[in-house]
Amino acid sequence: MNSMLFSNTVRFVVLVLLQVLICNQMNFLGSMDPYIYILFILLYPVKNNRLSFIFVSFCLGLLIDLFLDSGGAHAAACVTIAYIRPIFLKSSFGAAYEYQAIKFNDSDLLPRIVYFAMMILVHHFVLFILIIFDNSKAGLVVSRVLSSALFTLFLALTLQTLFSRKEK
Amino acid sequence: MQQLLNFFFKNRTTILFLILFLIAFTLTTQAHDYHKAKFINSANQMSGRIHGIFAKIGDYFYLKEENALLLEENNRLKSRVFNPQNKQFENISTEEKFQLIPALVNKNSYRYLDNYITIDKGEQDRIKEDFGVISTKGIVGIIDKTSAKYARVLSILNTKSKINAKLKQSNHFGTLGWDGVHHNIVQLNDVQDLAAISVGDTIVTSGFSYTFPENIPIGAVESYQLNDTKDLYIINVRLFNDMTNLRHVHVINNLDFEELQTLNPINE
Repeated sequence: MNSMLFSNTVRFVVLVLLQVLICNQMNFLGSMDPYIYILFILLYPVKNNRLSFIFVSFCLGLLIDLFLDSGGAHAAACVTIAYIRPIFLKSSFGAAYEYQAIKFNDSDLLPRIVYFAMMILVHHFVLFILIIFDNSKAGLVVSRVLSSALFTLFLALTLQTLFSRKEK
Repeated sequence: MQQLLNFFFKNRTTILFLILFLIAFTLTTQAHDYHKAKFINSANQMSGRIHGIFAKIGDYFYLKEENALLLEENNRLKSRVFNPQNKQFENISTEEKFQLIPALVNKNSYRYLDNYITIDKGEQDRIKEDFGVISTKGIVGIIDKTSAKYARVLSILNTKSKINAKLKQSNHFGTLGWDGVHHNIVQLNDVQDLAAISVGDTIVTSGFSYTFPENIPIGAVESYQLNDTKDLYIINVRLFNDMTNLRHVHVINNLDFEELQTLNPINE
């Protein structure tokens, strides 16, 4: 339990720094921005206290907002996905979720991609609606969401595969 | 009462979610209001410092470009010293009225609709809200938040930015804004249709506001068209500045700022 707390804390700090110092300085294909820090919410242990999980997600989002001058847009997007995460877990992992026995590292690739994709899409939609905040620019919202979501998904899967420890 | 408590207890996750979402939403709407974002901004001590440390590491990668820029500026200034009859030089003399404070850009963004820049000078260096910021090639933005050691600049690449500017040749003026599409092109709106414009004309600051002195270069006319009511021009201006790689900037302190502001409090 303690090692889990430790690894999550490390992940939190590393992902925030990675996000604000590298991902938001990247200039890849114009307006594509990966929001890799949500990997923390995606990989948060399934067995958890939902209240504290939602609260930690809120703090994570607010911290990112502090760096990126986006008001509370990241915080709002983060609490949203933290709140609806069980629904997505259930629909993509099925029975494994019921027994609370999901191991992200050992799970099949397909359900993992589906789960990541749904979470990332919802997060980016809330985020860009709040950042752009202009109902005459719906097209811009959709194009930003789709391009950034693809980029985030790709990076999230890569990072997760690279840094996962095989548990025997 | 018991039932009410039970209800809250059963739905405590949803209630927490709603409360937190509402807080975040309020912060967002406040941030979209000019001058209202109170504490979630990058002029904050902690985020300012972290951005600062890593910007310093990044410096080494850009030494070459920075040197080239400085050389260019030195060259321009020297040529003005050697050619004192050049009228332009006398216009932007910053003695007496304006004081320049050099600063480093810690964080820059240009991909959103509302972009901000954080610089490493703040109230300790006598920087206040509404001071102008320029780089070697042109204007950058206006200070909109300050903390003790850091300040946040409302970039000209911000849909909320509004700066007075004019055509250098004919002195017809308008308001400089940004439509959020391209980070090299800004728009000069509300220029009288009497103005004679041609592609390539230089756009400079008008000097009507207290923020910028007159005749600071901004950009060149890229294209122009009449607005919907056919009486005012909308001019697309290609910036001289490359807003994507700013590092050394100057903050302009108008020494008469407070006096002018008491005289005419509407300064937008």
